[in-house]
Amino acid sequence: MALTGIQIYKLLPKTNCKECGYPTCMAFAMKLAAGQEDLSKCPYASDEAKEKLSAAAKPPMRAVTIVTNDHQLTTGAELVMYRHQKKFFNPAPLMVRVKDTASADDLNETVEEVGNYSVDRVGMTFTLDGFAVQNDSGDASTFASCVESVKSKTDMPLTLIATDPNSMSAALEKVGDSRPLIYAATKDNIDQMGQLAKKYSCPMVVKSSDGLDELAELSEKASGAGVEDIILDPGDRDLHNSLVSFTQVRRLALRKFEPFGYPIISFPGEGASSVEEEVNLAAQHIAKYANVIVMDSFSPAIAYNLLTLRLNVYTDPQAPIQLQSGIYQVGSPDEKSPLCITTNYALSYFAISGEVEATGRPSWILVVDTEGLSVLTAWSAGKFDADGIAAHIKQFDAADKVNHNSLILPGGVAILKGETEENLPDWKILVGPREAPGIGGYFRQNAQIWEG
Amino acid sequence: MLDSIKFKLEVVVPEVEIPKEKWTGRVREVKIGGKGRKEVVVGGATAMPFLDFEGEIPNPPRVAVEVRDDPSGFPPGLLSSWGDDVVNDVGSWAKKAAELGAEIITLRLTSAHPEGQNTGVEEAKSAVDKVLSAVDLPLMVIGPEIADKDNEILVPIADLAEGQRIVLGNCVENNYKTIAAACIAANHIAIAKTPLDINLAKQLNVQVSDIGVPLESILMDADMGALGYGIEYAISIDERLKLAALMGDSVTAVPIINHPGPETWRQKEAKVSEGVPESWGGYDERALYWEELSATSIIHSGADVVTLCHPKAVEYIKSMIAKLMGQ
Ligand code: SF4
Repeated sequence: MALTGIQIYKLLPKTNCKECGYPTCMAFAMKLAAGQEDLSKCPYASDEAKEKLSAAAKPPMRAVTIVTNDHQLTTGAELVMYRHQKKFFNPAPLMVRVKDTASADDLNETVEEVGNYSVDRVGMTFTLDGFAVQNDSGDASTFASCVESVKSKTDMPLTLIATDPNSMSAALEKVGDSRPLIYAATKDNIDQMGQLAKKYSCPMVVKSSDGLDELAELSEKASGAGVEDIILDPGDRDLHNSLVSFTQVRRLALRKFEPFGYPIISFPGEGASSVEEEVNLAAQHIAKYANVIVMDSFSPAIAYNLLTLRLNVYTDPQAPIQLQSGIYQVGSPDEKSPLCITTNYALSYFAISGEVEATGRPSWILVVDTEGLSVLTAWSAGKFDADGIAAHIKQFDAADKVNHNSLILPGGVAILKGETEENLPDWKILVGPREAPGIGGYFRQNAQIWEG
Repeated sequence: MLDSIKFKLEVVVPEVEIPKEKWTGRVREVKIGGKGRKEVVVGGATAMPFLDFEGEIPNPPRVAVEVRDDPSGFPPGLLSSWGDDVVNDVGSWAKKAAELGAEIITLRLTSAHPEGQNTGVEEAKSAVDKVLSAVDLPLMVIGPEIADKDNEILVPIADLAEGQRIVLGNCVENNYKTIAAACIAANHIAIAKTPLDINLAKQLNVQVSDIGVPLESILMDADMGALGYGIEYAISIDERLKLAALMGDSVTAVPIINHPGPETWRQKEAKVSEGVPESWGGYDERALYWEELSATSIIHSGADVVTLCHPKAVEYIKSMIAKLMGQ
């Protein structure tokens, strides 16, 4: 929690000696509160003041990074419970678990499939984030060679899962300069795991087997031993208890309970009795407070669903998703298909594309860059006008796409019809319905334009 | 002496005190059904979804299942999961839904849509009759969402089901008086629907209650888009509405209804099985998860009633809700 100017003022000497460059301690305090000055400019600041200010400036949840040769995967550093309060910052990495008991072929296949998976949405490409390799065999050299083999096939970030510090140590020997996530330090092995984390500068999970008290104890122990990058596993797995304990941990982190000031890791597959339940748990964890999610199930459909949800949940509420401007297709349109126009505010586009989809008539939708504003807002802000529409029609060669040369304006901006006609003399400017749900009727009533 | 030295060497364990939110508000409980029909209570929470360590969650989110008197707007992939014989009769459809665990039947009168079959009052009444006689579950009836048509067909339906506390929708900003009056006259529940705007949601609750619908007979639908189609707006609006209710704002303290099922099945991911990127995965699997994740997200954000469409989504979401309730 940031301190207010008054709170800071109370910590200053209140002598108004001006050495900080400000006329009064109060003026200096206001600058400090605004984050525009540094306490070191006051030579008389007490140790108490220094401590309190630096504690207040420390973010409530640490950012933890998993490093490989070419990747840096940062998670944590969240500041709120609900996304509308500010936003969620670092999308929780989705990793897929493989085990060292799997056959070489199965392992290769999974690593290849997961590693190559990517999907495009709203003009961006999304992938999964890495692998968790588990020492299921219990054997250190089997684990080490499995990790080595995964490492040779992918540079994606890794989590290493082992209970035996000897296994962990053997595997860490094989990862070169990368710094995988160590899973996990428990009450039985925390001393040795902590030493490994320090030796290899790796982030480390502390895992509780007995609730939040033990979690706090392990976290304190790890940080006391000098491990800085910690991730928490509260140990709960099922739908109800993971929601409750993740909520409590996030809440305590935000209230600056230091042992919990770290990201959370989750294993939805371990709390689920079916793949469907695992996916539902993963969805819960994306929305409610996991910062690293290790999946046991993978399929393109699961990945597409979860990556889409993560994109949605981590969207900045102040800066909604924007589309790239351009001509989008609904179905497989041809030169006779309708051409609609809208702005690059994703919700406007989705509203229209959804309704167009429902009509069953393949169509073109020209998306005009309005800096993410909706039709009416963009129009009143002067960002959706006849010039812009004409420029986009030309830039994206709309005339080559359709032979009817007619363009459907959103009904809300019917007022732009005249000007657009002047800008585009070869085009017929039609005025569509005011609201997207009217598109079905509009298409039916004007069918002859696209069928004649 | 030795003991005390040993003690000092132990790590000082910080005490974990679980902070609890001290909410003052409670979401109203709304009773749906009755008069010979099963009764379902929704709402009543004094904490955010499932956080029962700091409040009460007396009723789980309820699962409604949508049936339509003109199913043609639903994609074949969804209709085939019920069976052709079932979806061509709202009575059989409702019955099957009840067997699968529906707690409420949402009858959407799609055949009345002026752009579709444009059927009238008689057809609407007959569809309602069929559902009422096929199942003893509480009923929700939603018109084609065209103001004049909604008013025309929902009023006689309100009379038909007098006293059975069915849910009627939708009351919207410029068309709420007729439906609200019908609810008052026949003791039904009104859905107040607004387009993703917390202030409009509050305002419409005030308007609908001002003309005489008690707040105990209102459900609010602040609208939602499916996963990938703006669900983040709905997540945040539901969370804000629920937080406002718990903070003691009386007009937002009514249960929230969302329709993740029908919202999902109008989107491409749930409609199109061919000619889409391979990375979307297999159609059946993808479409079903799309509905489940849309529902899961909105349930975790504060929805008190969700309308679903796919039989398997009903099964999985009900099982999830039971577990979230700690059952
Ligand atoms: S230097 Fe320190 S004591 Fe002097 S005016 Fe600035 S804040 Fe006050």
